[in-house]
Amino acid sequence: MKEFAALIKILSNSTKTNEKLDALSRYLAAADAPDRLWVLALFTGRRPKRTVNTTQLSTWCLQMTGLPAWLYEECYHTVGDLGETIALLLPPGKSLSAHPLHYWIEQLIQLEKADEATKQTFILRAWEELDTSERFVFNKLITGGFRIGVSQQTMVNALASTYNIPAATVSHMISGNWDPQQTTIEALLSENITEADASKPFPFYLAYALEGDPAELGVPEQWQAEWKWDGIRGQIIKRNGQLFVWSRGEELITEKFPEYQPLLDLLPEGTVLDGEILTFADGAPLPFQTLQTRIGRKNVTRKQLQEAPVAFLSYDLLEWEGQDIRTSALQERRLLLEKVVEQINHPTLRLSPTITFHDWDELARFRLQAREKGSEGLMLKKLDSTYQVGRKRGDWWKWKIDPLTIDAVMIYAQKGHGRRSNLYTDYTFAVRDGDQLVSFTKAYSGLTDKEISEVDSWVKKNSLEKFGPVRTVKPELVFEIGFEGIAASNRHKSGVALRFPRILRWRKDKPLTEINTLEDLQQLLRTHK
Amino acid sequence: MQVLQFTDKGIYCPAGDFYIDPWQPVERAVITHAHSDHARYGNKHYLCHHDSVPLLQLRLGQDISVQGVAFGENIRYNGVTISLHPAGHIIGSAQVRVQQENEVWVVSGDYKVENDGISGQFEPVPCNTFITECTFGLPIYNWQPQGVIFSNIRQWIQDNQAAGKNSVLLGYSLGKAQRLLHNLRGVTEQIWAHGAIYITHQLLREKGWDLPEIHRITPDTPASVYKNNLIIGPPSAADSSWMRRFNPYALGVCSGWMQVRGHMRRRNADAGFALSDHADWMGLLQAVKATGAEKVYTTHGFSSAFARYLTENGIPAQEVKTEFGDMDEEAGMPETITHDQ
Repeated sequence: MKEFAALIKILSNSTKTNEKLDALSRYLAAADAPDRLWVLALFTGRRPKRTVNTTQLSTWCLQMTGLPAWLYEECYHTVGDLGETIALLLPPGKSLSAHPLHYWIEQLIQLEKADEATKQTFILRAWEELDTSERFVFNKLITGGFRIGVSQQTMVNALASTYNIPAATVSHMISGNWDPQQTTIEALLSENITEADASKPFPFYLAYALEGDPAELGVPEQWQAEWKWDGIRGQIIKRNGQLFVWSRGEELITEKFPEYQPLLDLLPEGTVLDGEILTFADGAPLPFQTLQTRIGRKNVTRKQLQEAPVAFLSYDLLEWEGQDIRTSALQERRLLLEKVVEQINHPTLRLSPTITFHDWDELARFRLQAREKGSEGLMLKKLDSTYQVGRKRGDWWKWKIDPLTIDAVMIYAQKGHGRRSNLYTDYTFAVRDGDQLVSFTKAYSGLTDKEISEVDSWVKKNSLEKFGPVRTVKPELVFEIGFEGIAASNRHKSGVALRFPRILRWRKDKPLTEINTLEDLQQLLRTHK
Repeated sequence: MQVLQFTDKGIYCPAGDFYIDPWQPVERAVITHAHSDHARYGNKHYLCHHDSVPLLQLRLGQDISVQGVAFGENIRYNGVTISLHPAGHIIGSAQVRVQQENEVWVVSGDYKVENDGISGQFEPVPCNTFITECTFGLPIYNWQPQGVIFSNIRQWIQDNQAAGKNSVLLGYSLGKAQRLLHNLRGVTEQIWAHGAIYITHQLLREKGWDLPEIHRITPDTPASVYKNNLIIGPPSAADSSWMRRFNPYALGVCSGWMQVRGHMRRRNADAGFALSDHADWMGLLQAVKATGAEKVYTTHGFSSAFARYLTENGIPAQEVKTEFGDMDEEAGMPETITHDQ
């Protein structure tokens, strides 16, 4: 556990990918096989089921420290992380334990059916035996989410160098549906990938944002353009007489979208499609908010199916007749894909259309129509590109449209969490409505650390009232808020809900009198619905 | 008896007609220590500990009217007795004891209870009312003994040397820098420092403080001299182009805020050391209890939480708003210095 705690410390402090990779590789080289497997599982979101809840942890910490609950809350709010708060509050530990990571995880798993007293005894013993940094990682094993900025790619690269397997192969091997309690690291990193697990998805190929001029990409004849959809990237797999639907977050979401079930009979055996899960009606995508009503629900109601019907806009074919065809050229895969979609001829399986264009200027004009099409810009893919693994530069680009903007005034501020705990970083903004201010959105990111500390000290001097963690502030600081879309909403006072709101700039040059109005927002709603 | 009042200019003694660490210009200011949120420009007369006098002159100008006194020396203003007592925060830092008739109030200024070897040993002063800072007034802030922290820093420097990196530590130029230098003497062959730190350092060495020899970084300093050595810079140097000359280097930040991982990550530092010149939670409680005060006012920091905790534990306490900050701890907050090299 000491080694794992040390690893977490390096990973969370370092901002350099190479340092993280080195630390991870060194850890893997020294760790035993079960610890290797568990680190892989933890860092790819496959933590064991929670057997102790946070209320229990909090209660036992309060008993051990004798602190009042309100002070515990205050500490939690400042630290922004429950596991870390408890580790800092407990009296100094004895650092007695030499048990490895997998010992503690297995012990925690065994608590599943234990009674409360057994759980408490175990947790208190663990806290006593571990030192502060070990307690922190132990608590995080229970509460979840290390948030240490280790990308899937870094994990893949570390494994690739430890086991001497190409990174793209590792990436595929560790994707999909495996359970650290049911497998071993050796089995997982063995040769025959899909034989072992029919549901296993391919790693997604992701595009970088195009920042320069598309003309720098070369001649238009070598490129394919598509609309960039604002849904959930997904993979539909038909193997072994079963249908699997995966999201880009590698979540198996087959059950959530019963609309896709007819494809089980229609798709030929050994087919994998890449595309966008979208709510779709009358030949056009519905706003993303409608798709949100479908996410996070286990059982879909008939009403939801009617109001937010889902389609799959396919744009790539990765496996055909049981063959992995990712290394063939996009134009070949596309031809096959078009044939498949046409043959199947089912309304939920659609083709994401390509855009015919002759020069980059013409394409730039198409891009301006993106919002009308219900898309968030364009995708540019090289016609001879293979389907690569992870986010790669060169062959695929996303060329998004510029955000909508509104100048607004900050009216509430709240302290952030994690990296930004103890600083006022979460703001609520308002527009003018006559002589009133109407709040319409929260926005977080977008300011530099320097600007954040400037706003933070301004908030501390200009707060008017306190409501729990929220301060109302003098309406004075004006910001330009950018967002990707706008929809009507009866949950907000302003009557609108924004998509991806964020702070674009601090408008120190603008006084309160020059901010936008509620009328301006309603105008945007009418033009961009 | 209300010996001291909280006004919009600062903490005021009506009977003695003076202010303690005022934030607007006044006639007579008693100064706890030389940090700029406590010792501000524009006061007509300053009173502080002897050791703070040269620091005030350095920071506010040689021409200020300043009187230095020793710890425990009694000064009388209009029937009010003032004396200063060690606060252990930085060199020259003092608590201010004010007595009017039989009523005693103490203003802590900034303080820490651990003796760091150079800032003096905090002295509990019995009083009726104690006005205490509480920068770190939450129980998540409990410091390790400085011996442990300094041995971690030494180890970190060794690891950096093994990895072929120079070690850059950031700490406030007045206070943290001297504490580091006093306790890290000889850690590397040479120690190099930013001009702001060097000037304060030389002044203190001239005044006889036990500090090691250091070298000043100038635009002409060849980069080769930094190899394997320790470099000390002010917090504002982080993310500035001034840092480039030290490549390849590892960056360490010394501040109580480094106790929490989120703050450490926000700093983009390679290492964070929770080394603070302010009292930790246990230190604050210990200090408050040792005064025997029947009433406590809490200022800058987690003042409302600390006041509530004291009140619930039988010591009536109340939060007061002041304009003191924690810039000596908040690594990254600009210190008013220019990168003259």
